[in-house]
Amino acid sequence: MKKLIITGLLAMTTAAWAQTTVKVEDAWVRGTVSTQKATGAFMRLTPSANARLVEAQSPVAGVVEIHEMAMEKDVMKMRQIPGLDLAAGRTMELKPGGYHVMLMDLKQQLKGGDTVPLTLVFEDDAKKRFTQELKVPVTALGGGNAPAPMKHDMGHGAHKH
Amino acid sequence: MPHSPIHPFASACAARGPSRRRLLMALAAASSLSLMACDGPISSGSSFKGIDITGADYARGFTLTDFHGQARSLADFRGKVVMLYFGFVQCPDVCPTALTRAAAVMQQLGPLATDVQVIFITVDPERDTPDLLREYLASFHPSFLALTGSADQIKAAADEFRVYFKKVPTGSSYTMDHTALSYLFDRQGRIRVVLRHEQTADDYAADIRQLLAMPSA
Repeated sequence: MKKLIITGLLAMTTAAWAQTTVKVEDAWVRGTVSTQKATGAFMRLTPSANARLVEAQSPVAGVVEIHEMAMEKDVMKMRQIPGLDLAAGRTMELKPGGYHVMLMDLKQQLKGGDTVPLTLVFEDDAKKRFTQELKVPVTALGGGNAPAPMKHDMGHGAHKH
Repeated sequence: MPHSPIHPFASACAARGPSRRRLLMALAAASSLSLMACDGPISSGSSFKGIDITGADYARGFTLTDFHGQARSLADFRGKVVMLYFGFVQCPDVCPTALTRAAAVMQQLGPLATDVQVIFITVDPERDTPDLLREYLASFHPSFLALTGSADQIKAAADEFRVYFKKVPTGSSYTMDHTALSYLFDRQGRIRVVLRHEQTADDYAADIRQLLAMPSA
């Protein structure tokens, strides 16, 4: 019995050692009006080792895709991409004008102050999948192009010089 | 009719005529700027942050229906500076960014903002119902107006502005590629300036202030 527990612990430690993690910062979802069916989620991702964002899911959206926005000769083009490569230790920003997680077929209005559950699915270097559960705050539509200010200000307050 | 993306600045340069071009070439020679300066904000001798397209033979106006169901044309806004943008509501990035910037500009302008009309023309009339447009625009600023119309009317308006738009399927839904420029009309209803998406609220506010300072008749 004891041996079993130790083996179990060892296995967990090994798993934890090998486990790639992704730090998610300043995530926000753009709010919507009542009958709007699509919006975007933005955030900063920093992986501990090379990884790839391959999928996202949310109970508030029927379809969630990873999108890239590009300006070509002043024409905005938005496309689904199969995944987003993240380099070890490098911060990848999903922000307006670049990448976003596209929430489509919304099942409800997203209001400022709400939080939206969002699951990010990553692949590590060995193609092993792992997930990360987020509670993403909603910035009211028209409330700016950034995470809801309250959280941001608190963050600043904590860093006193 | 083929509907290809036309870079409006190329045509804006062409529309300036020989005298402007000579001036430009002199400028280019003087400061060793290339003729590509036509793409930048320093091209025309005006001090607009955007591109001066005064006198262009396009972007002259529109006839569409607002979200109250009322027919609207550019002449209805005579006396105001009009800022016009084409977009769609199910747009997660560029349209709300443009409207957030427009709202910031209104705030910067203070009391002058009452003489500015921001107009959003939908390129997705199929999904952007008048009710949805009304609610969407109101969340940015109470004075913002949206215009819609039949597919043919929207196409005609976009063609007049050399605005490109195209429906692109994604998953079970679709998104819209579209030109993300903003057009400024002076108080007399004449097209004056095109601003790019990359430009700041300060750039937009500066050009609008200049137009507000010009006479309305």
